[in-house]
Amino acid sequence: MSEEDDLDLSTLNNDELVEQMHDDLYDGLKEEIEEAVHILLDRGWEPYQVLTEALVSGMTIVGRDFRDGILYVPEVLMAANAMKAGMSILKPLLAETGAPRMGAMVIGTVKGDIHDIGKNLVSMMMEGAGFEVVDLGINNPVENYLEALEEHKPDILGMSALLTTTMPYMKVVIETLKEQGLRDDYIVLVGGAPLNEDFAMAIGADAYCRDAAVAVDTAKDLINRKHNQIGGMTA
Amino acid sequence: MLDLDINDTFASAPKQDRPLVIACGAIAKELIAVLDASAARDRVEIQCLPAIWHNRPELIPGGVKEKIEIARADNPQRSIFVAYADCGSGGMLDAELAKHDNVQRLPGAHCYAFFAGIDTFDAMMEAELGTFFVTDYLARHFKKLIWDGMGLTAHPELKDMIFGHYTKVTYLAQLDPAPYMEQAQEAADLICDGHLEVVQTGYGLMESIGEFARS
Repeated sequence: MSEEDDLDLSTLNNDELVEQMHDDLYDGLKEEIEEAVHILLDRGWEPYQVLTEALVSGMTIVGRDFRDGILYVPEVLMAANAMKAGMSILKPLLAETGAPRMGAMVIGTVKGDIHDIGKNLVSMMMEGAGFEVVDLGINNPVENYLEALEEHKPDILGMSALLTTTMPYMKVVIETLKEQGLRDDYIVLVGGAPLNEDFAMAIGADAYCRDAAVAVDTAKDLINRKHNQIGGMTA
Repeated sequence: MLDLDINDTFASAPKQDRPLVIACGAIAKELIAVLDASAARDRVEIQCLPAIWHNRPELIPGGVKEKIEIARADNPQRSIFVAYADCGSGGMLDAELAKHDNVQRLPGAHCYAFFAGIDTFDAMMEAELGTFFVTDYLARHFKKLIWDGMGLTAHPELKDMIFGHYTKVTYLAQLDPAPYMEQAQEAADLICDGHLEVVQTGYGLMESIGEFARS
C-alpha cells in the first residue's frame, strides 16, 4: 500500500487539502473528493468557495491538460465523475446560499444522433467551470431545445452531433430560433467530430468548439463579451 | 500481407519519383490488397501512420502534414493520396490538405463510410441510431484499440458513459468475415448484449487508390 493510500485528508491544512483535491480530481478519485468536500464544509467554507477554489480550479488543470493532449477521454471522464460527485454535495447548498454563477447552458445532442461522449464532457467540464448546465441528453428534436430554453432561460445553447447526416439539424434549430425572434437571446455553441468552424459560421452559430476544454474557454470568453456589451450599453 | 499493430508505423522503400500514399495503419492491409489487385503496389511509395490515432484524431492532421512536407521537400510536384476519411479530425485534416496542391483524400467521415459507401452508411445509421461499427481491423484489434484504448479495462465503470446508447454492433467485413467473427462477437457482447450484424463491403471506395496509383 502506498503512502497516498494511507493519507488522512482531515489532517491536512486547508491549502494542502485543496492541493490534494486538485491531485485527486486529476486522478479521478471520486470518494476522496466527496470526503474532502465534506471536510472543507465542516471547517466552515462557503459552498461557493469549495466549488471555485477546489473543484473549478482543479478541473481547469484537467481541462488544460486535455486541451494539450496530455490527458485523454477516459481520464477526463474519471475526473469529471469525481468533480460531479463533489458537485452533487454542493449543488443543494449553492442553491440555498444563492452563490454567483458563471452562466447557464442548455445542451443536447441533436435529433437522429445518440453520440454523447463529447457532449457529456462539455456538460461536465462546464459544470466544473462554474456554469449551471441543463443536459437534454441525446436525439433531441427542435421542440426539446425550445422548451428547455423557455424553461431555463440560459445564456448558452450547446448542440452536438457526431454524424454528417445529423449535423445539418443544428441549422434547423438555429433557423427556428431566428423565425421565433429568439436567436440573439442566446450564445449558440456547436461541436462534434464532423463539424468545423466554417460549418458553424455557415449555419449561424456563434462558435465551433473542437473539444470540451475549448468549449469552456469559448463560453467564458463569449459570456464576458456579452456582459461587456451590456455594460457598454448601460454605461 | 501487411498487418500493423495499433502503434505501428510503416514505410515502404523510398521512391521520390513516384506518387505517395499516406494511410492510416488500420487500413494498411486493405491498401496493399487494393494496390495488388490493380498491379500497382510498385507504382507508389506507402507511408502508414499509427492506427491508435483512431482514438486520437487530433493527431492525424499534424502527422499527415509532416509526411507531405517530407515528401514534397525533394519533389514539390509529387502527387499524394491521403488514405484517411475525416476520421474525427473535425475538418482539421481537410484544412491541412487545402494548404497543399495535388493532394486528395478518401471521401466520408469515417472508414466505415468509405468501405460501405457513403449513402449506404448513412442509411445504416438512419435505420438504427445506436450502431457501433467495426471493420476487419477494428474487429481484430477491438480489445486493445477500443476497449483498452478507451480505458475500459482499467475503468469498467465508464462503460455506460461510453457505450450506453449502443444497441447493435455492425461488422463491416472487407473480406470473408469468418476469421474475425469471434472478435466481432466479443465486441458485441461487451458493448450491447451480443447484438451483432455482419455486412460484407469489400474495399468500397478504397478501390480509387488503385486508380490513383495507375494514373
